[in-house]
Amino acid sequence: MNPQKLPQSSFWNDTGKTGITSWIFSTDHKRIGLLYFYSVLGFFLIAVCLGLLLRIELMAPGRTIMGPQTYNALFTVHGVIMVFLFIIPGFPGAFGNLIMPIQIGARDVAFPRLNLFSWWLYMLGAVIIITALFTGSGPPDTGWTFYVPFSTRTGTNVSLAVFGVFIIGFSSILTGLNFVTTIHRLRAEGMTWTRLPLFVWSLYATAWVQILATPILGITLALVIAERMLGTGLFDAARGGDPIMYQHLFWIYSHPAVYIMILPAMGVISEIIPVFSRKPVFGYKMIAFSSVAIAAAGSLVWGHHMFTSGMSDTAVLVFSFLTFVVAIPSAIKVFNWVSTLYKGSISLEAPMLFALSFLLLFSIGGLTGLILGAAATDIHVHDTQFVVGHFHYVIFGGSGFAFFGAMHYWLPKFYGRRYKEKPALIAWSMMFVGFNITYFCMMVLGMKGMPRRYYDYLPEFAPLNLASTLGSWLLALGLILLLVNLFRGLLRGEPFSGNPWGGATLEWSVATPPPTENFEEEPVVTHGPYDFKSTGIP
Amino acid sequence: MSEQLHRDKSGATLGMWLFLLTELILFGGLFLLYAVYLARYPHEFASGGKELNVVFGAVNTVVLLTSSLLAAMAVTAVQRGAPRTSIRLLLGTIGCALIFLGIKYVEWNEKFGHDIYPSSQRLIKGPQGESVFFSLYFLTTGLHGLHVLIGATLLGFVAVRVQQGRVDSNNNSWLENGALYWHLVDLIWIFIFPLYYLIL
Repeated sequence: MNPQKLPQSSFWNDTGKTGITSWIFSTDHKRIGLLYFYSVLGFFLIAVCLGLLLRIELMAPGRTIMGPQTYNALFTVHGVIMVFLFIIPGFPGAFGNLIMPIQIGARDVAFPRLNLFSWWLYMLGAVIIITALFTGSGPPDTGWTFYVPFSTRTGTNVSLAVFGVFIIGFSSILTGLNFVTTIHRLRAEGMTWTRLPLFVWSLYATAWVQILATPILGITLALVIAERMLGTGLFDAARGGDPIMYQHLFWIYSHPAVYIMILPAMGVISEIIPVFSRKPVFGYKMIAFSSVAIAAAGSLVWGHHMFTSGMSDTAVLVFSFLTFVVAIPSAIKVFNWVSTLYKGSISLEAPMLFALSFLLLFSIGGLTGLILGAAATDIHVHDTQFVVGHFHYVIFGGSGFAFFGAMHYWLPKFYGRRYKEKPALIAWSMMFVGFNITYFCMMVLGMKGMPRRYYDYLPEFAPLNLASTLGSWLLALGLILLLVNLFRGLLRGEPFSGNPWGGATLEWSVATPPPTENFEEEPVVTHGPYDFKSTGIP
Repeated sequence: MSEQLHRDKSGATLGMWLFLLTELILFGGLFLLYAVYLARYPHEFASGGKELNVVFGAVNTVVLLTSSLLAAMAVTAVQRGAPRTSIRLLLGTIGCALIFLGIKYVEWNEKFGHDIYPSSQRLIKGPQGESVFFSLYFLTTGLHGLHVLIGATLLGFVAVRVQQGRVDSNNNSWLENGALYWHLVDLIWIFIFPLYYLIL
């Protein structure tokens, strides 16, 4: 972050302020975006280390490096950090802030101070969660789902951790309502709804999920705290409450929340694939519509997490059916992306490799989701490693790989320097291979009956667990190479300017790095986001 | 420039309505639990509802409706260029909020006196539905009371801005949004009152 070395005046230095306070109190969406980016990346790396420790414990049967209580705490903290501190705030907070206002031709978001406030709330929530790990009577050991009755009875520091998540939820709501207002009010002249880049469409759908679903998480977590502090007994069967009601309330938020994680990732893919195929996106309107359809239908399927919880058979049938309905808009997207590739002039650069692997990994994750969505097969694999494998295929192989793709695609724009291509390709291939070894083994283990959240297992599961752990090391090595190459390049790499990839969205029409005001004069949009002829690049 | 101001105001209003929507959904979780447990324990809910004091509830409803009227009048006063009147009306709204909270305090205190509060001996030993009903009652009215407190603080903050002349007929987003929030607090009570005091 050395502003003197940058090629020209930009948001890094054009306000004349470069100290730490000019960042943490900045209302510039680009600075807030980078604040978010480095915060979520930091938490991601912490949670990666926890995940690697979990894999090492599972490398061999019996106690390997930790006992059961430590294992319970670690998978809880791994999940809480990855879900609430990395992937939910990750896309809207980091790339939504960095890119969305420029893509719609705005100078900033609708409420810049609220935007800064939501980052501060995020950090406050994060600090509370981290505090919860080291104070009280030990880190929470409930799993990231905080299921009652265990979460209301365990002596570990659940209340504080839950309160931290509550605060983070508030931050998420504020980001969501900020983005909805921004997209409605601040589009440049000529930026009609059908000229909106698909990444913006996906953020729009995501923002609505954040607004509509997160309050339910808020009240649910508040009720858990009330159960623990006041003994309200609303989820306590002995006092007339019903633990199933907790599961309903929790999943009414937390299932839509996986669409907060995946929808913007799909938006990133919808940007990268046309640019690196040199071809307008196929089925623009259907991709845009399917984002909204996923957000809407996805809000009605929470019950598929509870097929074994004791719901009525009718409810199981309905939720199972609705789950299959969500597969339709998801498949629409995948087919449109593949059709965009067809007869395109494909260039296999780093962002494109991540986008293509997204297609494969997300498809595997999505299809295994149908195995879980069908009631009969779900009973067999419920609460097994199969679920863990499926979820990581969707969220790591899908959202995570899209996040890395977005890092390679957009970060050079904000630094004016780029990474080296070859190490990026090597890093990608290590991660791709390592990823598949790690998580495919888990799915097979689950099929064979190995439960999730157990620190020990029967001897017949040993070979696949060993393979999975070795795969996780390859994945981690690839990740290290990716980060070293990327950040080395951003700080000291070749200059990056103009529009080297030939993107037609507005962020490629502004200076690199962009000035604080983004546009020298208010842009007037005269063409669609994937009209590559308009760029004048053959 | 006027275009710019116009845009800001509509945006601020849109943002506020979205926020109010999230508040409604927050209470929606509690109303959902109410619906489920009412279906499960109709008799205990009925006897529990009869123990609540309708007079307290009705007076509080009148107090809140009045306060909402005063808040709406405060907005109109600023639009007509009468900030002094607006401040007085806002103080009236805040006064109503304090009366509401005072009555709530008396009401809760009376319940505590009858050994009715979450995990009290009576509720633990009594029928299960009764414990569920009163837990929900305390949580819902407690959360609502918290919102009354937040809303009153917000309106106090807005009154200071009016006093400083930072709110006028062209630039009244703060006042309008504060009043909108207050109407939401009122609206939620309009649902709580019949559900807990009247229909059971």
